[in-house]
This record gives sequence, structure tokens and C-alpha cells, in this order.
Amino acid sequence: MDSVSVFTDFQFSDLGFLAEAAGRTLLISVLAISIGTVLGCIFGWVLSATRLAGEATLGVILDVFRSVPLIIQLILFYNFFPIIGFNVSPFAAGTIVLIFYTSALVAAVARGGIDAVSANLRRASRSLGMTYWQDLRYIVWPIGLRAVLPSWAGVALGVLKDSALVSVLGYVELLRASQILITRTQEPFLILTVVGAFYFALSFPISRITARLERRWQYD
Amino acid sequence: MEVAVLAMLVGVVLGLALAMVRMSGLKSITWFAVGWIELARNTPALLQLFFFGFGLGAFGVHLSPFLIVLCGLSFNNAGYLAETFRGGFNAIPPTQIKAARSLGMTPTQAYTRIVIPQVMRVVYHPMTNQMVWSVLMSSLAMLVGYRELAGETQFLASKTYRIFEFFLVTAVIYYFMVKLILVGSRLLSWRLFRY
Repeated sequence: MDSVSVFTDFQFSDLGFLAEAAGRTLLISVLAISIGTVLGCIFGWVLSATRLAGEATLGVILDVFRSVPLIIQLILFYNFFPIIGFNVSPFAAGTIVLIFYTSALVAAVARGGIDAVSANLRRASRSLGMTYWQDLRYIVWPIGLRAVLPSWAGVALGVLKDSALVSVLGYVELLRASQILITRTQEPFLILTVVGAFYFALSFPISRITARLERRWQYD
Repeated sequence: MEVAVLAMLVGVVLGLALAMVRMSGLKSITWFAVGWIELARNTPALLQLFFFGFGLGAFGVHLSPFLIVLCGLSFNNAGYLAETFRGGFNAIPPTQIKAARSLGMTPTQAYTRIVIPQVMRVVYHPMTNQMVWSVLMSSLAMLVGYRELAGETQFLASKTYRIFEFFLVTAVIYYFMVKLILVGSRLLSWRLFRY
């Protein structure tokens, strides 16, 4: 009788499995980055507009998200809901935590961007008859954006990579998929290399583009 | 915590070396530094830890959990710090070295008295941030079985099933650790960069 091995080699179809998982990594990152950025811009504006009062309330709360490891945040949040009586899926919990994490990081960036626009420039725009919102939209936004786009891209890349931690909750994204495949194929080196290549392919182009933008904008 | 500090120290040394190599312009070794830096910056830290843990295991190299964490974090820190240092060195105009040399300083003097102090000032703040990241990243150690703060928490939580409570305490501890680093670095920077 032939012995049956439970382990099978790494097959071509596994690449499809990994690609699907990469898609889920991308989905959760894009959700977190887009919603987190919008929230973060609002928070950043509040922080910059309210000064001390905002810093003492919102600033402190956002600071917690930056000072506690993401993995601890995920576990805390995920285990919080059963306590108050209902369950959330790993995907929902992971996405919500990532959104707040992103928004906390973006808030600091956005605040820096708003502060980077000189007060004189804003006074000038107001005395030209622009409303507060016009000043924000046509003066602060374009100048501030230019100042902080590289740091924003840094945050976005960070979130893309940190989304790997959602695997802890059991959501099958790229890293979790690699663990599943490793268990089946017993070829950790090959699979981790492939997964690394996937992450690299997601992240490297973005970092290149930002580096180029940064260089181009430096000289105006 | 101590693994984070150790990884930071190793990261500074390796990062400095990588930055030097990358700026040296020697084709044969530059690709190595660039490869290291880009890999460290463009893949998740957790993947890097798994690589040192399970990936090397495939070749029969079995590191202890402590070494896995130390290698993984050092690899990551070095990649990020190398870019920080490169930015720092690029911020110093080369004319300053020429000026120092023409004032009769030896190359060593020019570096230790003119370049390094200025580079320190540029990279000090990013380095503080990296230290904070290093502490936060060390929590990933719980996933490769090293019992630092987060790992110990998970161990206790799985023994008692009081997951939320234990991790809440841990979160508070991490928060104060990070605050301590930031305050410490602020105080130190007043002392170091007085003028």
C-alpha cells in the first residue's frame, strides 16, 4: 500500500490563491487608506484650527493610536465586541482599526500641511475677499498638499504593509495565505519569497513614484 | 523592550554601514545595499520576522525566538535608518568639507568636527521616531513565540481567557513606554543641541 502524503508541492494554482489574497490585502488597504485619509484630513484641520482645545482632546486620543502597537489595537478591538454582546468579522474589525490608525497618522501629516502654509499668505487671501472656505480650498489645499504628499505616501505605504497584521485576527490576506500554504507544502522559504515579491510589487512602484514627485517639486 | 533597544543599536550600525556603501558608488557592493534597503522598506516587518523564523528554518538554520526578533527588527531598522543617514549626509554641502580641509583639518577632523555633528542634528528626530517604531514593532515578537511584553501578555491571556483585560494593560504600558522615549529624547536634544 502506498503511503499517502498530506503535504503537496507548491503548485501553479497556488499563485492564483496568493494573487487572490493579495487582492484582499489591497482591498483592506485601499479602504483603510481612503476613508482614513478623509477622516485624517478632517482631524488635521480640527487640530490646526482649534489649537490647544483640540490638542487636549482629539490630539490625545489620536496619539493613543500612534503609541500603541497596531497588533495590540487589533486584538483589543476584536475582543471588545463579544464583551458588549455581538460579534464582528475579522474583516470588519481589521478595517475599522486600520481606518482609525490611518486617520491618526494622516491627521498629524495634514496638520503639518496646514501649518506649512504661512499665515501671511492666508491673511492675504482673506483680505482679497476670499471666504474662509475659499482660502482653505484654493490656497491652503494646493500649497499644503505639495508640502506633505511625500509623508502622506509614506503613511499609505506603511498602512499597506501593516495590513499584514490583520492576519492575526484570522482574515485571509496575503500573509495569512502564505501561512496556510506553508502548512500544506512545508516549503516556507519559497513561499515567503513569493509573498515578499507580491508585497514588493504592491509597494515599490508607489515609493518610486513618490520619490520622483518629491524630487520634481523640490526645485520650484 | 530590550530586544527593541538592541535591534535599534544594531540597526544604527548596519544602517550607517549601508548608507556609506550606498553613497560610496562602488558598483559591486552598492546593489547589495540598495537591495537590502528596498527589501526592508517595501515588505511588512512581520513578513521579515517570518522569513528569519521559518524561511531560514528551511535551510536547517534554526534561530531562537529572541534571535529571530533581533535579526528581523535589526534588518528592518537598518533599512529605514540607512535612508535617514543618507538624507543626513546629503544635507551637508560638500563645500563644507573642502572648507574644513583648506583650513588645515585632516579628513578625520573634518568628518568628526564638521560633518558628523550636523548630520546628528538632521537625523536625530527621525532616529527618535525609528526608536518608537522599533518598540512598537517588537510587539510582533509574540507571533514568533518570543515572550516579550506582548508575547507574555498573549501567554497569560490564553491561560486565563481574559484577553481584553490583559491586552488593555499591555496597551497602557506600551503607551507610557513610547511617551517615555519621546520625553527622554526631547530632554536629551535640549542638552545636545543647545546652540
